[in-house]
Amino acid sequence: MVNYIIRRTLIMIPMIVFITIVSFLIITLPPGSYIDTYLASLQRMGGQVEQERAEAIKARYGLDDPVYVQYWNWVRGFPYGRLGMVFSEDRPVIDVIAERLPYTVLISSLTLLFTWIFAIPIGIYSAVKQYSAGDYLFTFFGFLGVSIPNFLLALVIMFMGLRYFGVNLSGLMPARYMGEPWNLEKIMQVAQRIWVPIIVVGTAGMAGLIRVMRGEMLDQLRQPYIQMARSKGVSEIKVIIKYAARIAINPLISTIGWLLPQLISGGMIAGIVLGLPTLGPKLYDALMIQDMYLAGSIIMISIILVLVGTLLSDILLAIVDPRIRYD
Amino acid sequence: MSEEINDGNKMKKKAAEDIEDTEITVQEQFQARSHWQLMWLEFKNHRLALGGIVVLLVMYLSAIFAGFLTPYNPNERFAQYQNIAPQMIRVTDEDGFRSPYVYGVTGERDPRTLAMVYTIDEDVKKPVEFFYRGEDTYEFWGLFETDLKLFGIEDGHIFLFGTDGLGRDVFSRTIHGARLSLTIGLVGIVISVVLGLFFGGISGYMGGVTDNIIQRLVEFTLAIPKIPLWMGLGAALPDEWSVIQVYFAIVVILSLTGWVTMARVVRGQILSIREQDFVKAARAAGASSRRIITRHLLPNCMSYILVNLTLAIPGMILGETALSFLGLGLRPPAVSWGVLLQQAQNVRAVAEYPWYFIPGIFVIVAVLAFNFVGDGLRDAADPYH
Repeated sequence: MVNYIIRRTLIMIPMIVFITIVSFLIITLPPGSYIDTYLASLQRMGGQVEQERAEAIKARYGLDDPVYVQYWNWVRGFPYGRLGMVFSEDRPVIDVIAERLPYTVLISSLTLLFTWIFAIPIGIYSAVKQYSAGDYLFTFFGFLGVSIPNFLLALVIMFMGLRYFGVNLSGLMPARYMGEPWNLEKIMQVAQRIWVPIIVVGTAGMAGLIRVMRGEMLDQLRQPYIQMARSKGVSEIKVIIKYAARIAINPLISTIGWLLPQLISGGMIAGIVLGLPTLGPKLYDALMIQDMYLAGSIIMISIILVLVGTLLSDILLAIVDPRIRYD
Repeated sequence: MSEEINDGNKMKKKAAEDIEDTEITVQEQFQARSHWQLMWLEFKNHRLALGGIVVLLVMYLSAIFAGFLTPYNPNERFAQYQNIAPQMIRVTDEDGFRSPYVYGVTGERDPRTLAMVYTIDEDVKKPVEFFYRGEDTYEFWGLFETDLKLFGIEDGHIFLFGTDGLGRDVFSRTIHGARLSLTIGLVGIVISVVLGLFFGGISGYMGGVTDNIIQRLVEFTLAIPKIPLWMGLGAALPDEWSVIQVYFAIVVILSLTGWVTMARVVRGQILSIREQDFVKAARAAGASSRRIITRHLLPNCMSYILVNLTLAIPGMILGETALSFLGLGLRPPAVSWGVLLQQAQNVRAVAEYPWYFIPGIFVIVAVLAFNFVGDGLRDAADPYH
């Protein structure tokens, strides 16, 4: 097992190099550079085009260099914890990420918890009572959650909050609490709002989990060992929970890996609508104004999260399912 | 003597008939059903899936006959009717039932804010005419030109879903939008299936190094976050591209992330079928690899492919709305549900013009229907348990 983990970690090194290249390629795909979009937006607003300032920025950040030089300038700083600069804010990328990563992780892990707490029991129920009214009901609502575009659901919830409860649900806290130290009041404010993104993003992923759980349960319930257990007189509850569900949950564990990157990209649209201080909206802004090092770093982090996630779920799978051995 | 022979013949004949009879009864008792028949039997149990099929049929038919079903051209502007709320077709008035009509709408400019204010004029009743021939003509799929519409109004206008800020009929736009929105998934899926079958098939059948390389590629593609990739590619599309070019580019972008799931499913299936006796028999009989893959392995994966295909389409429809939301999807004058929902992106729109969200309901219903059908297929995909 230890061997396996070490081997997998070693394989990740060339993968990460490859990842940095791909992330960089994605952000350099759109034509032009930050300076072009910056100048264009200045002109649109009727501001003066400061040619000198533009040239200065270009020279400082090496925006006229060939792509591979720019790439090298970016990666070179990694061992020292430098991910480049945010052009639009003129500060290190790492600061922006450090500021937003905690909220991103908080919201995402709560979302994950929310989906699992509901999806697993519903999946089990739907399988045990296949084609019952309850099965249809859960199936319907589960799929309804996937079918509503995230931004629509977020807008509707915000509208309801405003119209019927008089609460402005955008952001994670009212502006005056920003930058304040954490106290009970601030936590309450956050608690009042944080459920919105959890529901919006959570419902979108719920049906998938329910379906996997239901399908696996159906498969397991047909197996001979279930019959055997029943014929021995094991109680039905125990047959379902300790026998079938125990095995049926394995495929769900192997999906954890794919959920981690959802951290950033999955909640992105909801984050934009709700104005959350998470990485998703920042990535969107960065891509739009071609703030390339910021965008590239966020994309890179989210791809690395997938790799880490897959490794984690493989290890978890081996712990939960004793039949799986890695040698 | 001759009679005996005759008798003998008769007896033989009778015996033969008996055998035929028994054969028939045997066949009746063990009716052999094909894989697809078995699937259909199982599929029928899933009521939501059957409902989904009906809904999809209606939606695709209305997309095909959009010109006939809608009273106006989707991009026609009625400058004096901006942001009008949906008009109700009424069939009752103070005298009881009567033929369908709508109330008239009159607009006035607010002298202080200069905004148009519309009031419903309950005294003016405009009858709705069916199979109406108005001044609007449209080409029916480039075949012939006609002015026949399902319904229309002689004098004035009818806006079932209201109008948008430029005075365009939301109903006509929604029905026309189905064309792009509902086909994006189909075209995208064709690309995904072709790529998925190709890579998944090779990967599963060859195994070894080939499998390893393709699997790493698949894992890596899965690891790239979807939306940033779409954004990067979407932002790279030149502004001067025509609607059709952008449409196909977006389909390709959406299927770039779609083929990997297909490839994984195909590979998994092929791995399990590959070792079965009939495949070994085919190989022993000297069938070529190509023949084994195309004639034996792929047909056996078909039902699983169908399931994944149905479940991938709604993802693409939602993808189109997501891209449009980010301003990177189809662009006007193209009319799609995503484009229509671009107007409905802030709380103000929900509060003041809730009818902007009607295309959203269509998205939800279409995606829901596809999901139900896919779910029914998934339950039915393995009818042998």
